[in-house]
Amino acid sequence: MKILVCVKQVPDTTEIKIDPVTNTLIRTGVPSIMNPFDAYAVEQALRLKEAAGGTVSVVSMGPPQAMSILTDALAMGADEAHLITDRRFGGSDTLATSYILSCAVRQLGPFDVILCGKQAIDGDTGQVGPEMAEHLGIAQVTYVSQLRPDGDRLEAVREHPDRQEILSVALPAVITVVKGEERPRFETIRGRLKANRQEIGILDREALPVEDEKIGLTGSPTKVKRTFTPERHAECVWVEGESAKDQAKALCQALSRAHVI
Amino acid sequence: MSGFVLTKDQRDLKRLAAEFGKQVMLPAAKEYDLLGETPLEIYKQAVEIGFASVTLPAEYGGLGLDMTTQCLLTEELSRWEAGITNALGASSLASKPIMIAGSPAQKQYAVDMIQSGHLAAFGLTEPDAGSDAAALKTTAVRRDGGYVLNGRKCFITNAPYASFFVIFAKTQKNIGTHGITAFLVEADRPGVSVGRHEDKMGLRLSAAADVILENVFVPEENRLGEEGKGFVIAMKTLDASRAEVAAAAVGIAQSALDQSVEYTKNRICFGKPISKLQAVQFMLADMEIQTQAARSLVYHAAELIDNGLPYGLMCAAAKCMAGDTAMKVTTDAVQIFSGYGYMRDYPIEKLMRDAKLFQIFEGTNQIQRVVVSGALLR
Repeated sequence: MKILVCVKQVPDTTEIKIDPVTNTLIRTGVPSIMNPFDAYAVEQALRLKEAAGGTVSVVSMGPPQAMSILTDALAMGADEAHLITDRRFGGSDTLATSYILSCAVRQLGPFDVILCGKQAIDGDTGQVGPEMAEHLGIAQVTYVSQLRPDGDRLEAVREHPDRQEILSVALPAVITVVKGEERPRFETIRGRLKANRQEIGILDREALPVEDEKIGLTGSPTKVKRTFTPERHAECVWVEGESAKDQAKALCQALSRAHVI
Repeated sequence: MSGFVLTKDQRDLKRLAAEFGKQVMLPAAKEYDLLGETPLEIYKQAVEIGFASVTLPAEYGGLGLDMTTQCLLTEELSRWEAGITNALGASSLASKPIMIAGSPAQKQYAVDMIQSGHLAAFGLTEPDAGSDAAALKTTAVRRDGGYVLNGRKCFITNAPYASFFVIFAKTQKNIGTHGITAFLVEADRPGVSVGRHEDKMGLRLSAAADVILENVFVPEENRLGEEGKGFVIAMKTLDASRAEVAAAAVGIAQSALDQSVEYTKNRICFGKPISKLQAVQFMLADMEIQTQAARSLVYHAAELIDNGLPYGLMCAAAKCMAGDTAMKVTTDAVQIFSGYGYMRDYPIEKLMRDAKLFQIFEGTNQIQRVVVSGALLR
């Protein structure tokens, strides 16, 4: 099984400051780490490899210093790593990023499974994985906590706020993962020493068959106007009615008004 | 590596030790401190990462790294929990006489056992022979192509869990230390038993007990080095291991210092944080100065070892200084935390209990001074 994990370097803080003028993240002075959900994706990939055999490749798009999280993934046990880096890729939004990643997947692949974290803790969009699946025209399963090889398919446990869904997935597929029960493994000393000496492949604009109008700022239709945490609220409505029949009717009307049915 | 400028590998490995210490070792400290047991699952996890393989020779499958790296990792692990670190250190201590004097088969056995998660123990001390190794009473008598061992070892770290021991015994009486020979003794040999689990004051996540040898037969291939060379092997072992022990003591001092600095910034007294009081500031300054001085000796000693230079005096000096410093700094930390420092619900008093052993084991600090003055007056 050929497995690819997409990882992103993010600032190591939950207290991210946002530039009030540009509405973008202030990144200076904050140590960088592998996006925590991506570390879970690496763990899932290594477990899949242990169960089904194969190789684990890791890819990241970012500035040259993102090399360090690729080395982290190699130290955990990944087989090879590639960095997609070029000034012309800078300023890419999720659409452009997922497009560039999909071109890299075609270039490096084919892969049976492409794993991503469910979202990055800096931008929090959760869009790159699913958009990449669309660019590639392959299946996707999001919010996965467990993965098991099942013949030439995968069995995936998908997490919902109130339930789990167990899906059988045809390959190739993009899977985005949540924090599962198995936390990312510690690297080993041997793994770290080997990783520090391992070559990381570089993919720049010249190495990738991308269309220039689809990358960087030009290829990015997204304009960030404001970022905020949406308020979630649930209220309890008592359905009134003389009889069960009346209550059922009132419930149907309420659900219909709410466009649930 | 020169002085304190770490290589990239060393920085990365130190960070790995910090992550493991913080996320895995520290959370187990309270529970196992009360129990007085080694959390064996955590020990095994540490072995899987490679923390028991650092200086084991690469030709036998170990990591073959230098003593400086070993000391860095030992210090960092000890900063989070010194007991588990000591259990790892005790297995490393037991491997050293084998690496110094063992045959290739003995070395391969020790490396394979330790790297697969087995614990090992170094058995020199006896009820009537601690600092005075010449007073050993355990005997080894030649019989049928091997030796029969009888005697009792005490305060042996890792003994309750060890799969093999390195035992020092007298093959010849009345010639003092020249009659001592070292043996590799597997724990499952008939006649080997382990005594009561000692209820220690500190370092309670590493366990110690007596090892009792009753007519234990070991074949000749279990002898380490030549007959009568046991004392030399033991001294070479302890000379080199002192740097590691000293590094662990520095880790404890650093932990006490770090926690004290944080506490003084938050503890309000007379309307302001106690960190604003010069009496407290000077205590913190002294703790820092002493800890850094001890650390300097440790890495100087490690550098001598790594460069094949004479290191006996410097290792003894480092162990003595680091042990005394850990005791002083942790005692000051308890003073800074005052009532909270003395209560077992808070983490500071454990550091003081843990620190005390570093003035006692692997040669008391009085013995270290004997080594240092002996080298001066030779």
